[in-house]
Amino acid sequence: MSKVRLATVWLDGCSGCHMSFLDMDERLIDLLERVELVHSPLIDLKSFPDAVDVTLVEGAVSSTEDLEKMRKIRQHTRILVSLGDCAVTANVPSMRNNFGVETVLERAYQENATVHPQVPHVDIPALLPHARPVHEVVPVDVFVPGCPPAADTIAFVLEELLAGRMPDLSGQSRFGA
Amino acid sequence: MIPEELEKIALATRAEQEALSHQLRVCTGTGCLALHSDHLKDSLTSVIKQRGLEQSCAVKGVGCMGLCALGPLVAIQPQSTLYQRVTVDDAIAIIDHLDTQPIDHLLCPTDIPFFQRQHKIVLENTGQIDPDHIEDYIAADGYTALIQALTEMTPSEVIEQVVRSGLRGRGGAGYPTGLKWSTVSKVRSTRKFVICNGDEGDPGAFMDRSVLESDPHRIIEGMALAAYAVGASEGFIYVRGEYDLAIKRLKTAIRQAERLGILGKSICSTTFDFHLETRLGAGAFVCGEETALIATIEGQRGNPRPRPPYPAEYGLWGFPTLINNVETLANIPPIIRNGGDWFAAIGIDHSKGTKVFSLTGPVRNTGLIEVPMGMTLREIIFEVGGGMTEGHAFKAVQTGGPSGGCLPEQHLDLPVGYDSLAQVGTIMGSGGMIVIDDTASMVDVARYFMEFCKTESCGKCVPCRVGTVQLSNLLGRFTEGSATAEDLTLLEELCDLVKQTSLCGLGQSAPNPVLSTLRYFRNEYLAHMAKGVATQ
Amino acid sequence: MTLPIRVRTLKIDDRDVSAREDETILEVARENGIDIPSLCYLEGLSAVGGCRLCLVDVRGVPRPVPACVTRVEEGMQITTNSERIVKYRRMNLELLFTEGNHICAVCVSNGRCELQGLAQSFGMTHVHFPYLYPQLKVDASHERYVIDHNRCVLCMRCVRVCDEIEGAHTWDVMGRGIEAQVITDLNQPWGTSDTCTSCGKCVHVCPTGALFEKGKSVAEMLKKRQFLPYLKLMREEHV
Repeated sequence: MSKVRLATVWLDGCSGCHMSFLDMDERLIDLLERVELVHSPLIDLKSFPDAVDVTLVEGAVSSTEDLEKMRKIRQHTRILVSLGDCAVTANVPSMRNNFGVETVLERAYQENATVHPQVPHVDIPALLPHARPVHEVVPVDVFVPGCPPAADTIAFVLEELLAGRMPDLSGQSRFGA
Repeated sequence: MIPEELEKIALATRAEQEALSHQLRVCTGTGCLALHSDHLKDSLTSVIKQRGLEQSCAVKGVGCMGLCALGPLVAIQPQSTLYQRVTVDDAIAIIDHLDTQPIDHLLCPTDIPFFQRQHKIVLENTGQIDPDHIEDYIAADGYTALIQALTEMTPSEVIEQVVRSGLRGRGGAGYPTGLKWSTVSKVRSTRKFVICNGDEGDPGAFMDRSVLESDPHRIIEGMALAAYAVGASEGFIYVRGEYDLAIKRLKTAIRQAERLGILGKSICSTTFDFHLETRLGAGAFVCGEETALIATIEGQRGNPRPRPPYPAEYGLWGFPTLINNVETLANIPPIIRNGGDWFAAIGIDHSKGTKVFSLTGPVRNTGLIEVPMGMTLREIIFEVGGGMTEGHAFKAVQTGGPSGGCLPEQHLDLPVGYDSLAQVGTIMGSGGMIVIDDTASMVDVARYFMEFCKTESCGKCVPCRVGTVQLSNLLGRFTEGSATAEDLTLLEELCDLVKQTSLCGLGQSAPNPVLSTLRYFRNEYLAHMAKGVATQ
Repeated sequence: MTLPIRVRTLKIDDRDVSAREDETILEVARENGIDIPSLCYLEGLSAVGGCRLCLVDVRGVPRPVPACVTRVEEGMQITTNSERIVKYRRMNLELLFTEGNHICAVCVSNGRCELQGLAQSFGMTHVHFPYLYPQLKVDASHERYVIDHNRCVLCMRCVRVCDEIEGAHTWDVMGRGIEAQVITDLNQPWGTSDTCTSCGKCVHVCPTGALFEKGKSVAEMLKKRQFLPYLKLMREEHV
C-alpha cells in the first residue's frame, strides 16, 4: 500500500499551527511511517504537487498569492483541512479588514518606519481587500478551530483521516482555544 | 350632541347643497394637490365670484377620487360630469360650460370599468365630501351609526354585528375583527384603550392615507364605536409623520367632533366618554407592528416585544388595548348602519366586504380602487386598472409590500381573498398592488424589498437584524452575477431561518418577496448565477 | 381576592414536569436539568427574547417559540432539541459571529466567553455565512471600564441591569437593524456620562468581552454574576 500523500500550507498566520503540529512530538515518527510529506514550509518545495490526499492549511487568505495558491491546492487535494482559527475564521489577520488595505500599509510602512519609509511593491503579491477564511474562497472538507489547535487535536484529526473517517470535532475544540 | 341636533345639521347641509345648481368638487388629495389642484380650486372660486354665481354654484375641496393617474380631477354635481387633467387655465371654460355641453377634451368617461367595477364602502365618501367640514360628513349619514349604537344597542350587540359581518383586519394579517373586539371587551380592567394604526409603511401603499385625508370623521366614528363596544374611553390615532395632510385634516376633524360633543364626555347624553388624541410616527416601518407602536406611544423605543401576551390583554401601559388598522375601522360605521349581514353578503367565503388597493406600476389607471373581495387579479389589473400602458407587457403583480410576494401571469385568475393569496405564496397585506412589467428583474425586485426590511429592522432579534443583511448581500451576488450554487442553497436556508425564528412580523415576513420570486421566477436566479458554477 | 398561583403539568422532551403557571419554559426546563441554551437571558433580569437561541418547538404552534419569554400552559408538549431547532439555533449563533469582529484568540474573555462557549457546545467548527467585518468603535473613556463594540452581541443585558437593578439607566440602544448599538447616556463617551455610577454591573453581566475592566489582558476578564440572583432574592423577600 502506498503512503498517504500529506501536505501542509502556511498562508497568513503566525506559524503557531505548524508549531502545534510539531508538538505532536514522537507521534510524528509514527505519522511519517504512514504518510509522505509531499509539500510543507518544513521541506521548502516551491510548487504544489499533484494528487495530494490531505492538505492542512494554516492561515487566512490575505493576498492575491494566497488566493491563487488555494485554488491550485484545492484542485490537487482530496481532503482539505482548515487548520486553526486563521484558516477557519481569518482570526487575527482579519483585524485589518475594517481599516482598508491602504491605511494598514500606510501605518505599517510609512508612519511606523524609522528608516526609508516606503510601501513595498516590487515582486510582492497585493493584499486582498479583506483577509478571509479559507472556506470563503474554496470548499473546505474539515475544520479544526483553535489558536492554535492542540497537538492532541491535530493528532486526532490525522488519525481519523488515516483511518478513513471524517473527524467529528464537535465539542472538542473551540475558537480561540 | 343629541340625535335631533345631528339630524338638524344633516338636513340643513343637504338643503344647502340641493339648492345649488352646480357643485364643483375639486380633488384635494395628495396626488392632485401635487398638481396644484388647490390653485385650481381658488381659480374656480374666483371665476364664480366674478360671474356672481355664488348663489347657484359652489366649489368644494374633496378627498381622493381614485383616478390619480388622470388628476387633477374635477367633478360637477348633480350633472355627474368628470373632468380630468384640469389646469388653472381651464377654470373659465369650465364655468362657461356649466349649463351647456361639457368640454370635450377635458371630459373623463365615467362609464369605464374603473368606475363601474368598483364597490365603494370604505371610500363611499372619498371624493364626495369635504374632509374639512364635519357637516358634510353628517349630511352623508355620518355619525348616525355611533348614535344608533349609543342609544339603541348594547356594546355586545355592536360586537355581534361586527362578528356577523365577517370583517377581517385590513392591516395585513387578516385577524377576525369581531373576535378581537370581543376578546378586549371580555378582559376586565379599569382602563382600556383603542388605537387606530395609521402607520401605513409599505412602499407603494396609500390606502390609509387617502381615507384619512378624504374622510377623517369616518375613522373617528369607527374608533368611537370600537371604544363603546370594548369598554374603552381613551383612544389614540397613530399616523405616520410623513402624512402631513392626513394629520392636519384628522386634527381638524377631532376638534370639530369635540366641539359638537361627538368626542369627549357623556357623548350623546349617555355615560359613554371617549377622548381621542393623535400620535405621530417618526419614520420607522417597524412601528406599524402593534407592540412596537404601543411602545412608542408609551415613550419607549419602537421595538416589538414577543406575543403573547397580546395587546388585547396587555397593551398600552399594560392595559387591555384594541388596535385596528385605518381601513378596518373605516368599515365599521357602515356595518353598524346596515348590519353585519349586509356586509357579509359582499365578497367571498372567509373574505367579506371590499378591499381598497393602491394600484401602481405601468398600468393605465394607477390610483386608489375599492373592489369586492373575490374579484380576480386579472379583472383588477386589466379592467379596473385598464391594462398595461402602451409598450409594457405584464410580468408579475406584487401584493402585500415587503411582507408579500410576486405572482406571475398564471395566477391572474385567482379571486382575491386572504386565503387564496396565502395559498399561492403572497398575502393580502394592507393593499399595495404593484404591477411589474417585463423589463424588471425579479431578483432586483426581491432585493429592493430585502434592502427595505434590512434598513427597517429594529435590531432587537438576531435573525432579522443580521439575517436580512446576509440575505441582501446574497441577493447582491445574484444581481452582480457572481452567485454560486452554494449561495442559492444558503439563500433558501436563510429565508427559512428568518421567516421561522424572527421575533415579529417584520422579520417573519421579510423573506416572502424572495421566496415568492424563487417560486415563480427561479430561472431568473439561475440566469444570474456565475457562469459554469451552477453545476459545481 | 387573589387567586393562589396554580400548578401546570406539561411535557418537555417527553418528560412529565410540573410548573407554577407564572413560570417560563426555560425556568421549568432548567429546574428539571433540561438544557436549553440561551444568550440574552440572564436570571434576575427581565427577559427580552432577542437572541433566538432558546427557541423550542411547542406542539401545535407553527413557529418555534423563545423559551425565556413563553409561559407554561397546561398540557404543553415541548421539544427542546429537534433537528430543526438545533439547526436554527446554530444558524442564529453563526449570524452573531458574522455581525461583529470576534477574535477569540486576543480577547479578554477568551475561555470564559458565553458566545465562545455556545459555539463549542453547539459543535460549531466554522461559520457558513460570510463575515461582515463591520467598522466598530472601542470606547475607553471611562476610568475603569472599556466597551468594545466589536465584541457586542446586543443582548441588552447591560441596558437591563443598569435600568432594572442599578436604576441608573446609563445604557440604552441607538440606531436600527444592523446599525443598532448600545450607547451611554445620549451617545456620548462613557467617561463623560453623568448617570453612570461606575458600579460595574454591566461589565459583569456582559456575556462576551465587549465590556471589561481596564488592565485585563487576554483571557483575564473574570465575570462575577452571583450578585444578580442574590439581589433579586433579597429584593423579593423584603418587598
